[in-house]
Amino acid sequence: MLRASEKPNAVMAHLPALRVLLRHINCLIPPPRTSMPALCTIRATCHFLLLSPKPRKLHATATSKGPENHALLLNRDERVARNVTPSDVVEKGSTIAAIVTSLGGPPGAVGIVRLSGPSAVSVAGRVFRPAKRSKNNDWKPMSHVVEYGVVLDSEGNVIDEVLAVPMLAPKSYTREDVVEIQCHGSEVCLRRVLRTCLEAGATLAQPGEFTLRAFLNGRLDLSQAENVGRLITAKSVAAADAALAGIQACLTRIWFDLILQCNKISLRMQCIELLTEIEARLDFEDEMPPLDLNIIMDKIHSMSQDVESALEAENYDRLLQSGLQIAIVGRPNVGKSSLLNAWSKSERAIVTEIAGTTRDVIEASVSVNGIPITLLDTAGIRDTDDVVEKIGVERSEAVARGADLIIMTVSAVEGWTSEDTKLLERIQSAKSSTGSLIPVILAVNKIDCNPRAETDWDRGCQSHDIFSKRVFTCAVTGQGLQDLERAVLELVGLDAIPSGGRQWTVNQRQCEQLVRTKEALERLQSSIKEELPLDFWTIDLRDAALSLGQIIGEDISEEVLSNIFGKFCIGK
Amino acid sequence: MATTTLFTLHLCRFGQSFSKKLFSTSPSSDTLLNPHHVTFHHKLRRPNSSSAPAFFRRFSTVAAASTSGEVNYDGIGTADEKYDVIVVGGGHAGCEAALASARLGARTLLLTLNIDRIAWQPCNPAVGGPAKSQLVHEVDALSGEIGKIADRCYLQKRVLNVSRGPAVRALRAQTDKREYAMQMKSVVESTPNLSIREAMVTDILLGKNDNVEGVCTFFGMKFYAPSVVLTTGTFMSGKIWVGRTSMPAGRAGESASHGLTENLQRLGFETDRLKTGTPARVDIRTVDFSGLEPQHGDKEVSWFSFDPDVHIEREQMCCYLTRTTGRTHQIIRDNLHETPTYGGWVEAKGPRYCPSIEDKIVRFQDKESHQIFLEPEGRSVPELYVQGFSTGLPERLQLPLLRTLPGLENCSMLRPAYAVEYDYLPAHQCARSLMTKKIQGLFFSGQINGTTGYEEAAAQGIISGINAARYADGKQLIVLERESSYIGTLIDDLVTKDLREPYRMLTSRSEHRLLLRSDNADSRLTPLAHEIGLIDDRRWKLYQEKQARISEEKKRLRSVRISGGDLAAEVSRVSGQPVRDSSTLESLLKKPHIQYGILDEHGFGNIELSRIEKECVEIDIKYEGFILRQQSQLQQMVTQQHRQLPEDLDYHMITTLSIEAREKLSKVRPQTIGQASRVGGVSPADITALLIVLEANRRKAQEQSRYKIMNAMRAKALEEEVPEVSCTETVSS
Repeated sequence: MLRASEKPNAVMAHLPALRVLLRHINCLIPPPRTSMPALCTIRATCHFLLLSPKPRKLHATATSKGPENHALLLNRDERVARNVTPSDVVEKGSTIAAIVTSLGGPPGAVGIVRLSGPSAVSVAGRVFRPAKRSKNNDWKPMSHVVEYGVVLDSEGNVIDEVLAVPMLAPKSYTREDVVEIQCHGSEVCLRRVLRTCLEAGATLAQPGEFTLRAFLNGRLDLSQAENVGRLITAKSVAAADAALAGIQACLTRIWFDLILQCNKISLRMQCIELLTEIEARLDFEDEMPPLDLNIIMDKIHSMSQDVESALEAENYDRLLQSGLQIAIVGRPNVGKSSLLNAWSKSERAIVTEIAGTTRDVIEASVSVNGIPITLLDTAGIRDTDDVVEKIGVERSEAVARGADLIIMTVSAVEGWTSEDTKLLERIQSAKSSTGSLIPVILAVNKIDCNPRAETDWDRGCQSHDIFSKRVFTCAVTGQGLQDLERAVLELVGLDAIPSGGRQWTVNQRQCEQLVRTKEALERLQSSIKEELPLDFWTIDLRDAALSLGQIIGEDISEEVLSNIFGKFCIGK
Repeated sequence: MATTTLFTLHLCRFGQSFSKKLFSTSPSSDTLLNPHHVTFHHKLRRPNSSSAPAFFRRFSTVAAASTSGEVNYDGIGTADEKYDVIVVGGGHAGCEAALASARLGARTLLLTLNIDRIAWQPCNPAVGGPAKSQLVHEVDALSGEIGKIADRCYLQKRVLNVSRGPAVRALRAQTDKREYAMQMKSVVESTPNLSIREAMVTDILLGKNDNVEGVCTFFGMKFYAPSVVLTTGTFMSGKIWVGRTSMPAGRAGESASHGLTENLQRLGFETDRLKTGTPARVDIRTVDFSGLEPQHGDKEVSWFSFDPDVHIEREQMCCYLTRTTGRTHQIIRDNLHETPTYGGWVEAKGPRYCPSIEDKIVRFQDKESHQIFLEPEGRSVPELYVQGFSTGLPERLQLPLLRTLPGLENCSMLRPAYAVEYDYLPAHQCARSLMTKKIQGLFFSGQINGTTGYEEAAAQGIISGINAARYADGKQLIVLERESSYIGTLIDDLVTKDLREPYRMLTSRSEHRLLLRSDNADSRLTPLAHEIGLIDDRRWKLYQEKQARISEEKKRLRSVRISGGDLAAEVSRVSGQPVRDSSTLESLLKKPHIQYGILDEHGFGNIELSRIEKECVEIDIKYEGFILRQQSQLQQMVTQQHRQLPEDLDYHMITTLSIEAREKLSKVRPQTIGQASRVGGVSPADITALLIVLEANRRKAQEQSRYKIMNAMRAKALEEEVPEVSCTETVSS
């Protein structure tokens, strides 16, 4: 009674009129519980129709052309209703996510990913781990209270330190539950956070969708409201302008997009083809030749691989922009600086026979398969009394903590020493402070001085399974550097990329489609593995085809049917 | 005080956001100001209420609009010509419509061209098959008749897609066509409130408010009713073809109905023509089955009806398989110019799922042979249905063509194959209640809406029957949402999408078919049928007991645990998965290939459960994850999809819509956003534009109504004393 309570006296004074009004409205509108007519509304309508104490005359309005005040019946399978607890059915409407700060310019210090929708809190709860962790895993935020914490990806790796700002319905911009995640402002960071949210169940917002929701939920006033339509069209015009500018600025990039489109369409077509094969069997059972399940499974498998590689392109894209930071660490005088020089084909670092020559962090850039890599040569880590060297060692450890990848260098001549073990422990402890695992490559340098070491190392290394990879190098001859590059690529998941680099890039929308497709195909493969009947395969195939569709909510059924009738001789 | 109670009650039900909606529509102002205007109905609960005073309130308008005497319900001599519902057509749609209407207590008249042809099966006497069987189960769950009759008259029954998932499992029955018609006829004849009469309806009688008042027959009779259901099948201006020769007929040997199309057109309805056909029938005694592959029925018979009373097993007949030969293909290729499609004298193509044999041979030239099914049409008739062999070839070529089939070398033909062309009314002219948008009280069902098949007809028939009765009773009409059932999907498709061919139900037309299974048709629809008074107490009791047993059993399976033993060993052998100690029976059932039967074999089953109930339990448990996921997907979608669109929305004025969307939406006039999104040519951007317009309109209306309410309150305050009712607390809460 929000509006009525503004004038309580008036309400009290004019009860008879209000009563009439109420009764009338009771006849006309189903009782809403949310501002959007949701499931409960429909249920309530139905309930209303059936259990209403007094039947109502419904077509009294003269303007209405017919008694089109229908009872709407949703699937009310009583059997399902009996084992579903209310909490299973609460989610109404989708939850959207998008980066709401501007992208494209120079990175801001802070960027915001916004989630809005009924499951905004649960999606955020899946990706956000507050610093003050409560005992149970459910994140139960207090509205409008900022929380500090980290965003984790699906494997539990820390992506970024963030602030989460929960604004619960209706006190938010969209009048839905809104969670804003403030993370570091670089595009890479924002995109990683967004992607994590998408993987956790949010859908990517359409341009202007937050405003649209705000409006549809009664948030903006009428004059603002009338501008929303224009606003949204303006946004798409702006997008088109941007796209035009893009064509001029970067023709090649558009061309890359097109290649991916083609690739994607063919993926979608593959889904439709498979659906055609299966659905034809389901609807015209006795008229069709039997289905070769092996062929179907092979196709599904190859589709999964296509999606994987397209997603890899997304990874690659990200790396193209951000590059990799690789820290080279090790005891003094194992040849770290030589390695850096050899790899970057420069004399960037001073190399002497004296242990502890490098005192500060030295950077050099190399490019591996087009990915910009920053090599960080560090001071040899050892216990030292030299003040300057001590600072250098501290810096080395800090660099190792911040790197994407660590190359631990040891000398083949001296072999694995107790100091190496100590150093390894230091790196390990450094890692646990950030919570995520930084992959470590063991580089056995100076291999030319002790060729027999290769076999000896195999035994020595087993005890240190912390190393993700092991390579033998010689900084002087350049031996093993290619192995090192390969190891790096493998660790960042880009080993399958041809040396010429990728042919395309993936934008946010495409990335979402690919993530959804990947999920659907994973479910499909697990259905196959669990030997579920054929009909269940179609559910996820449909999802995959829908995710790859150009338009939301497009009609797949008709397409599949046309295909069936075009392809098979059906009909009695 | 009564009003106060009512008031509070409603408030409670409305809950918090009541206020939002309170001001959200603009009810007509005179209603608003006049408390006496609100009328309450007595719930109509018959069959036997002979007194039912002035049956339906709606009649008051009708009576006012017509000449006195004719519509006087208390009149004695003319009472026979006045009904609540008139159903035109005695086919599968007409029968279900008439039965549903009569069972709801409406005095119903069934008008048919020929009483001897009630519920005739002019094409293949078979009921069910993929998607169609789901329709039959759903109609039965609403207490329709088709499933029961098919269960009583089957010649053979088979479950198709047995191992392909519970949602696509489909029962198909070959029925005895004479017996079927007789059984249905006797049900129709013995139903209270239902009268039958032979007549050819040629016109619709209109009232003053674009409402139907009755029908007019060829011989000049007038029958009056506030609801009329048209189920004209293939009879409206029907014309049958054999080769190049045609004659006006609704079916072979039955005259077409003339005049109605023109009169409907005169009322502003758009009509169009569709074509379908039926293959030749041969004499079963002249066929040599010895070399043919037999197709037996299932050993364990399944049932369409949820009513165990009709579960009576009978002896089954055998169907046979034969194939087209090179000779068949040769004859067809040599005579293509004699076929309507390839000879070029008929433009219309037949339905894609039911191509003629010449179509199959032309389009799939690499296929050397096509399967042909030979299916008996009855126990007492010698006719054999040659399925997959419909043709437009002239009669003189049909017998030679049949004789090219193995087993039919010496056959004699009883009836030639023929095609039939008929008028239909594109169904976008109907709302989802199947009432026409133009004329209130007029309903269309069956082939007149462009469908094909007995099951599709029955499904529409029962909905239009229910709604016709409810309309006559002044009650809210029922709409089955697309997501609720195959019936809902069927009707939604019909009224929303462009039709290219007669519409046949297919499982792939439903987006969430896992939820729309045969086994749960009753738990989806029977509660509704019960609430509206279609399901009698006996069926309702049976239903409730069944659901209780299923629910109990699921509870039991969740609680009973086993460790080791024969059952565990067998389960791990069959499923290939280990069985952990103290596993629940439920967890065993979730493993691949494990069926309830295994529990039975090892004494862990529940002997009190029927086979069907065990199946329900098994499906619910085995596919629980999938079912819940689909359910939650559906609910996410439904939020927006079920948003209502106002009926008087002028799409042409909405400039943010694309031109195509404006045209299509004006034509279809969808009732919900979801329906609008399924109209061809309407893009997601158009839907967004629509949502914005809706909300803007709502705000405007809200402003207006607030203004009006304030005025009204002010006016009332001057007239009346403030009553001493303390409702403030409820109001402000």
